[in-house]
Amino acid sequence: MNFHAIKAIYRYEMARMFRTAVQSIVAPVLSTSLYFVIFGSAIGSRITEIDGVSYGSFIVPGLIMLSIMTESISNSSFAIYFPKFTGTIFEVLSAPVSYGEVILGYVGAAATKSVIIGAIILATASLFVDIQIAHPFVMITFLLLTCISFCLFGFILGIWATGWEKLTIVPILIIMPLTFLGGTFYSISMLPPAWQTISLFNPVVYLISGFRWSFYENADVAVGLSLGITVGFLLACLLVVRWIFKTGYRLRS
Amino acid sequence: MTAMISISGLNKHYAGGFQALKDVDLEIQRGEIFALLGPNGAGKTTLINIVCGIVNGTSGEVLVDGHNIDGDYRVTRSRIGLVPQELPTESFETVWNTCRFSRGLFGKPPGPQQIEKVLRSLSLWDKKDTPCMELSGGMKRRVLIAKALAHEPEVLFLDEPTAGVDVELRQDMWNVVAALRDEGATVILTTHYIEEAEQLADRVGVINNGEIILTEDKTRLMHELGKKELVLHLSETLAAIPASLSDFSLELGNSGRDLTYSYDTKQESTGITALLKELQAAGLHFNDLQTSQSSLEDIFVDLVNRD
Repeated sequence: MNFHAIKAIYRYEMARMFRTAVQSIVAPVLSTSLYFVIFGSAIGSRITEIDGVSYGSFIVPGLIMLSIMTESISNSSFAIYFPKFTGTIFEVLSAPVSYGEVILGYVGAAATKSVIIGAIILATASLFVDIQIAHPFVMITFLLLTCISFCLFGFILGIWATGWEKLTIVPILIIMPLTFLGGTFYSISMLPPAWQTISLFNPVVYLISGFRWSFYENADVAVGLSLGITVGFLLACLLVVRWIFKTGYRLRS
Repeated sequence: MTAMISISGLNKHYAGGFQALKDVDLEIQRGEIFALLGPNGAGKTTLINIVCGIVNGTSGEVLVDGHNIDGDYRVTRSRIGLVPQELPTESFETVWNTCRFSRGLFGKPPGPQQIEKVLRSLSLWDKKDTPCMELSGGMKRRVLIAKALAHEPEVLFLDEPTAGVDVELRQDMWNVVAALRDEGATVILTTHYIEEAEQLADRVGVINNGEIILTEDKTRLMHELGKKELVLHLSETLAAIPASLSDFSLELGNSGRDLTYSYDTKQESTGITALLKELQAAGLHFNDLQTSQSSLEDIFVDLVNRD
């Protein structure tokens, strides 16, 4: 295994994060805090509790998920798209690295950034509301699985995209609506029955539900099912990445 | 001895149906400086990109020091350094960091001494902490060379290395190639500048329309395909070449004042002595003479046009 290459890519990507600290860390923390203040205060004053948890505390896991999903996609898609755009990708393609090593470098760095952002948001939220984590190990498992799988998804997106518009269109038109409709700010049990059924087709519901269960032991769907869907999404992304590197899709002509 | 690069039956068809390489066979020996010449679109960059692993060949086999580029890609790629034709650099990274990244990417442990040596040899040491985006085009070219050398490759591909660079960098680059030759590295150079090939190469290959039309030792090539000319500046203007000189390959130019004789140095006799005798017999006098030999550029243009 080419550990030096993994380290080089990882270190390069982490340096990019610290070089753009305002964009990489401060911006998502600020926007999440704004969500928290606006939704928590405005709606929280009308909805005091959901399943025995104060509304402010209830939305914390959803807000963390919202941020780490969008940041994971954004970080890893940009990480691979930018070298494609500038032409520096030639160096990675001509290096003695396997696709697994490339993934470990790029996705590992992007996932690290997402975990850091998630931790900062959790710390920020704890300044506003009481937070309890009933199952820390499960919480960390969901956090890592979500970060890694959405970073892989972002990596795929970055390879697929042939322009800046395509790079942003999927997060804005697909991921953001799925996240907002996935129970970030509410429990799907609050929806009419028909919408509850429709919501179950949204994979983000399972991620948020499982993650929230690790905090308050409240879930819209069984935690085992949430875990299964998350792992399934991760495996699907891995298979697509494997196919991309085997065929050279949009990397090697 | 195993060739450093061995290419056999290599073909490349692009998705649109364009065939960039047609049954290319080529061997490049260890320690050799090989210049690959060809017009735009001839297939030079495609050939290099396939050997380096950036482009997939359609069929054929490429070996680097006896290792297949597909099956043993870790071995082959770790031995190769590539300086691409374009100038892609990590804009926001410093020169030092981008070289360190390249070295790590190619599986080498940190080697600050090697990076320093390379940066100094390319006059980049003063710029080591400068972000690449702040460098001029010539400096970026140096950075790309430094990145390619950071992992101490045995084979270096230079794809149009001096395109659009100043005289100083070109000289620096030639010095780097000369130093690599002394260290026993194999260098494959593609260029439009025939002068560069003439200056650096041991052997020359010419590619046109995806086919290698010639590979030859440079000196032998210039000797075998080169022509020599003898120009005689006549004392008096001549209206036409006298009939007594019709056996010689002569041309009259400069409004009848210059007589140009083309001859082949490979022939047993160049015919110069006989020509001078005939000139004297015909009563023609000259007050100066000069000889010239066709350059590699003349030979290249002739080969490509002939093809």
